[in-house]
Amino acid sequence: MVSEVLVKERQLVIPGETLAIGLDYLPGNGCFREDNKIKAKLLGLARIKDRFISVIPLAGVYKPRPGDGIIGFVEDIQTTFWIIDINSPYSAILPLGEAVSEYVDLSKTDISIYYDIGDVIYAKVLSVSKSKIVQLTMNDYRARKLLGGRLLKITPTKVPRLIGREGSMVELIKSKTNCQIIVGQNGVVWVKGEKESLAVEAILTVERESHTIGLTDRISKLLEEKQNY
Amino acid sequence: MTKVGKPEKLIVNGKRLDGRDLEEFRPITIEVGILKKAGGSAIFKFGGTYALSAVYGPRTLHPRHLQDPRKAVLRCRYAMAPFSTTERVRPGISRRSVEISKVLKEALSNVIFFEDYPKTGIDVFIEILEANASTRCAGLNAASLALAEAGVPMKDLVSACSVGKVDGKIVLDVANEEDMYGEADLAIATVGGEDKIVLLQMDGIVTKEEFMKMLELGKKSCAEIYKKQKEVLKEKYKTGEEDVSD
Repeated sequence: MVSEVLVKERQLVIPGETLAIGLDYLPGNGCFREDNKIKAKLLGLARIKDRFISVIPLAGVYKPRPGDGIIGFVEDIQTTFWIIDINSPYSAILPLGEAVSEYVDLSKTDISIYYDIGDVIYAKVLSVSKSKIVQLTMNDYRARKLLGGRLLKITPTKVPRLIGREGSMVELIKSKTNCQIIVGQNGVVWVKGEKESLAVEAILTVERESHTIGLTDRISKLLEEKQNY
Repeated sequence: MTKVGKPEKLIVNGKRLDGRDLEEFRPITIEVGILKKAGGSAIFKFGGTYALSAVYGPRTLHPRHLQDPRKAVLRCRYAMAPFSTTERVRPGISRRSVEISKVLKEALSNVIFFEDYPKTGIDVFIEILEANASTRCAGLNAASLALAEAGVPMKDLVSACSVGKVDGKIVLDVANEEDMYGEADLAIATVGGEDKIVLLQMDGIVTKEEFMKMLELGKKSCAEIYKKQKEVLKEKYKTGEEDVSD
């Protein structure tokens, strides 16, 4: 039997839409197989890579994966670990050993001196267990506490668009607004610098129009126009 | 709106009270993405029936004892606004709304991939802002669009419509008076416009032949609704690439 792809790259698909017929293709992320058809299970853009067909969702919540850099909020402190809200259905644990490199005498110290409730941190996802217990680590050169600045949340599935190819989009916003920007894979963005408001506006525009083409040019134009605000 | 008494005839010269043909829908209006704070939201209108649906989640499920370590839990709430009918509806849950919430939850459970988000809860809220018969169908249509917009993984969209028997004739999409004074009405929902039925409820008395006829008409009409739902989603998220000829 001849296999056939029914969609184009970056075509908008809706749940249940048949993407390919035949057993020569394999369902990737956001797809499932029903009989000999590959169907989309999310609303998003189709992507074809070799034999894999996947769907990049337009909306959805953040699903933690090991290795992701995320921005989290300290939710609670226990004796040997912190509980971090990572903008996901699952909260994460940051164990003391993964957060602090020096020896800590727990009988004498309250670990809130390192991270206190309400602090914002950039951390890396160390592991995700099958029952979705998420562990974080600060053992990464980028991991740190974030002080000052502004935080905003965007749809986590749109993070790759905001970063752009090899960071082109976020670099553009950074250079035009003179801001430091950190984008967490979980959709939390931290902005600090000279033209914060303009950077925030640009980021929200990217989020809103992420599925359209020619976005980088439009963002570039927007940033040029509003340089003097 | 004043309360209407029973009209003498519900079908005159092959036309219904509101001037429709027997197998004609009331005007359908669909909108998606209307609530900013919800993960997904949609409005579905069948003429004077106005359903608003919002989906939140998958999110951490509270109370914790309801969490399932293997899959997500779907919670569904159907409610009628106090001002939705001629007589005020007492807000909150009632015997009727509990039943409808349950059947809608079961209909939607057939299409959602629960195992993708273990330990979480997906909340679906369906609010009937204006009731004019077939509210559960409008609610289900809105909910399935809202779920898709929220990025909940699902097998296909659910489409629903109602079929009735009025003055001895089989009609599509029963309206208020037809529902009140007609002989029977049947709510039907299918998955992806195909032959997979996820909701089937009937009230009234019909013969077997009539029932089979109603079922066929229902399935055919659900496929029409499915087409409309699809169009709306595609229209809402145009990528701008469609116009580019290659």
